[in-house]
Amino acid sequence: MLEIKNLHVSVEDQEILKGLNLTINAGEVHSIMGPNGSGKSTLAQVLAGRDSYEITEGEVLFEGKDLLELAPEDRACEGVFLAFQYPVEIPGVANTYLLREALNSVRKYRGEEPLKHIEFAKYAKEKMKIMNMGDNLLKRAVNEGFSGGEKKKNEIFQMQILEPKLAILDETDSGLDIDALKVVADGVNTLRNPERGFLVITHYQRLLDYIVPDFVHVLVDGKIVKSGGKELALELEDKGYGWIEEEKTAANS
Amino acid sequence: MSITLSEKNNGYVEGFSKFEKSTSGNDQGWLKSLRQEAIQKFQDLGFPTLKDEDWRFTNVAPIARSSFEILENGHDTVSASDLAPFQFEDQQVTELVFINGRYTHGLSRHCELPNGVIVKNLADAIVSEQEILKDNLAKYADFNEEAFTALNTAFMEDGGFIYIPKGTVVETPIHFLFISTDSDTPSITNPRNLIIAEDNCEANVIEHYTSIADNVYLSNVVTEIVVGENSTIGHYLIELESKKAFNISTLRVQQARSSNIRSHSVLLGGSLVRNNVHPVLAGEGCDSLINGLYMSNHRQHMDNYMKVEHASPHCDSRQLYNGILDGRSRGVFHGRIIVHEDAQKTDAKQTNRNLILSDTAQIDTKPQLEIYADDVKCTHGATIGQIDENALFYLRSRGISEEASRGIIMHAFTNEALESMSVDSVKNYCANLVADWFNQRNQKLEA
Ligand SMILES: Nc1ncnc2c1ncn2[C@@H]1O[C@H](COP(=O)(O)OP(=O)(O)OP(=O)(O)O)[C@@H](O)[C@H]1O
Ligand SMILES: [Mg+2]
Repeated sequence: MLEIKNLHVSVEDQEILKGLNLTINAGEVHSIMGPNGSGKSTLAQVLAGRDSYEITEGEVLFEGKDLLELAPEDRACEGVFLAFQYPVEIPGVANTYLLREALNSVRKYRGEEPLKHIEFAKYAKEKMKIMNMGDNLLKRAVNEGFSGGEKKKNEIFQMQILEPKLAILDETDSGLDIDALKVVADGVNTLRNPERGFLVITHYQRLLDYIVPDFVHVLVDGKIVKSGGKELALELEDKGYGWIEEEKTAANS
Repeated sequence: MSITLSEKNNGYVEGFSKFEKSTSGNDQGWLKSLRQEAIQKFQDLGFPTLKDEDWRFTNVAPIARSSFEILENGHDTVSASDLAPFQFEDQQVTELVFINGRYTHGLSRHCELPNGVIVKNLADAIVSEQEILKDNLAKYADFNEEAFTALNTAFMEDGGFIYIPKGTVVETPIHFLFISTDSDTPSITNPRNLIIAEDNCEANVIEHYTSIADNVYLSNVVTEIVVGENSTIGHYLIELESKKAFNISTLRVQQARSSNIRSHSVLLGGSLVRNNVHPVLAGEGCDSLINGLYMSNHRQHMDNYMKVEHASPHCDSRQLYNGILDGRSRGVFHGRIIVHEDAQKTDAKQTNRNLILSDTAQIDTKPQLEIYADDVKCTHGATIGQIDENALFYLRSRGISEEASRGIIMHAFTNEALESMSVDSVKNYCANLVADWFNQRNQKLEA
């Protein structure tokens, strides 16, 4: 579904991703862990189409299409979704308005009829149950004045509404208490199916108790330096990232 | 007999002596001397210049250089269907129509009003409501310091007049619609509006300045609103003048105890526009909401000059002005808040946000707090910027096209300034004007 080949990305002449390779097949959940500043969000943003990054080398294929050629909105319409590490506040735009516009844009792209107000309200209501969200968050301006946890829940709620093929979650678990974490995990798990892929970026193994990954990758200094199964996350939680780098240096010498 | 006003050859004074002979109310001593005093003041003050602190950002030389004619009449060129684009969807409205500054009965409409409420044009009120006028007219809008107010006071003869007796709620909006028509030479009108609400009243008044031609003229407006105790007045200024017009508007509000003014300005037209808003919170416990939206393009110049005067304790004022600037246009927001010595527990807030859509547009925003009391809360904030790239990317990442995303963000921005309007038909009308503005802009971008 997603193939990232030798991806090099720079910001202001500073190379951040330095030849990253990653393949995600439909139905798989991949987790990326790594120290602060290693390039996790950069990868997520580049996949979503942020244009402030310069791609100097490599390619990204999504269902065989050149993803990097597509505008951000077209990527979303193709089925790529990013849950932001720092969701953006948009004063004056009601949350439900954004969601309906978004869903109808995606539907239009697929050649489907837009949902009417009532149809959308019904659909959103079902999704709200999963996310354990109140009506008031829907009526309020997008993320404005939301608590940290509410913002993260709102990201997953948007994902629920859009039902993407590939969902990238950038530290959606950070700052969540255990109850909120469970809700977020439910939001992901209800969408898990053989057609969907997930890329879950996190610092904490805790999330992976609830969203059990098929693969765990360690991103250090712009490269994936180690990949493994879910046990790798436990090991990282235990020992930190230092040992991997040592292992790497040892292997190189 | 036509009257021409110009700085050349003392034309304003000469024009005044001609005007005086022909205008209504000249037989009333108080009015005659008021006008004479005002022309004298205007003569002393002259038009403001950039050296004047209050006019630092706005050069009125194009007005000072011009010569303007006071037009006799223009009724015959306007038909009821010409008014349609300027009317609200709500049919229940009292609408006084002024063509080139003069009341036009045949185009106006009156709906039923509560007992004792008077809505008529000022020229008629000068004849029939002498006592009320004598006590209120020009008692608040200061013509000793303000040249344009002096000019208006000297030449005032028509405009809207409202009197609302104690304890009266006027449910239907009152619309003063001022329309300029084509003329061979630049023309001037000096609309003068007076709105008096006694205690415990409610009403909504809309002043609307527009044109059915594309010519040069000056609308020099002064409006005085006297708000009685515990009364709430909604005031709307819709400025939709022709592309070449000058509009100078001064709103002066006098607020009694526990009264409430909700002022909304929407500036879209004109080449040179100045919007003065000056409420005086004279009684305890007043509320002032002073909101505005200005949208400029091409070479338009729009200056908003706020003077919010807290003169009594426990009053709240909230200012929110949003501006969108495109082309080579220029905007000004000068927000004065004056808190007098006795005005303890004042709570004043001012916000001015600007969205700049082109490299060549410009905005000057200047808060000016003058606080003479010690126990007060005054905050102000101004922002100037382009469309937030983070917000734009966020929307696009949800599948919404770039153009639609920009539209959503700009719409949210304009809506913030309109959403507090309590008369839905007027709010919708303004929202449509804003949508038209964006459509025209988009068409131009595509072309
Ligand atoms: N727009 C930018 N401009 C300049 N530097 C940037 C920009 N975006 C990212 N960087 C730099 O790139 C590096 C990687 O940042 P990134 O946000 O991808 O890290 P991360 O792995 O997500 O970290 P964290 O765990 O703290 O979220 C950091 O050194 C960061 O400072
Ligand atoms: Mg990050």
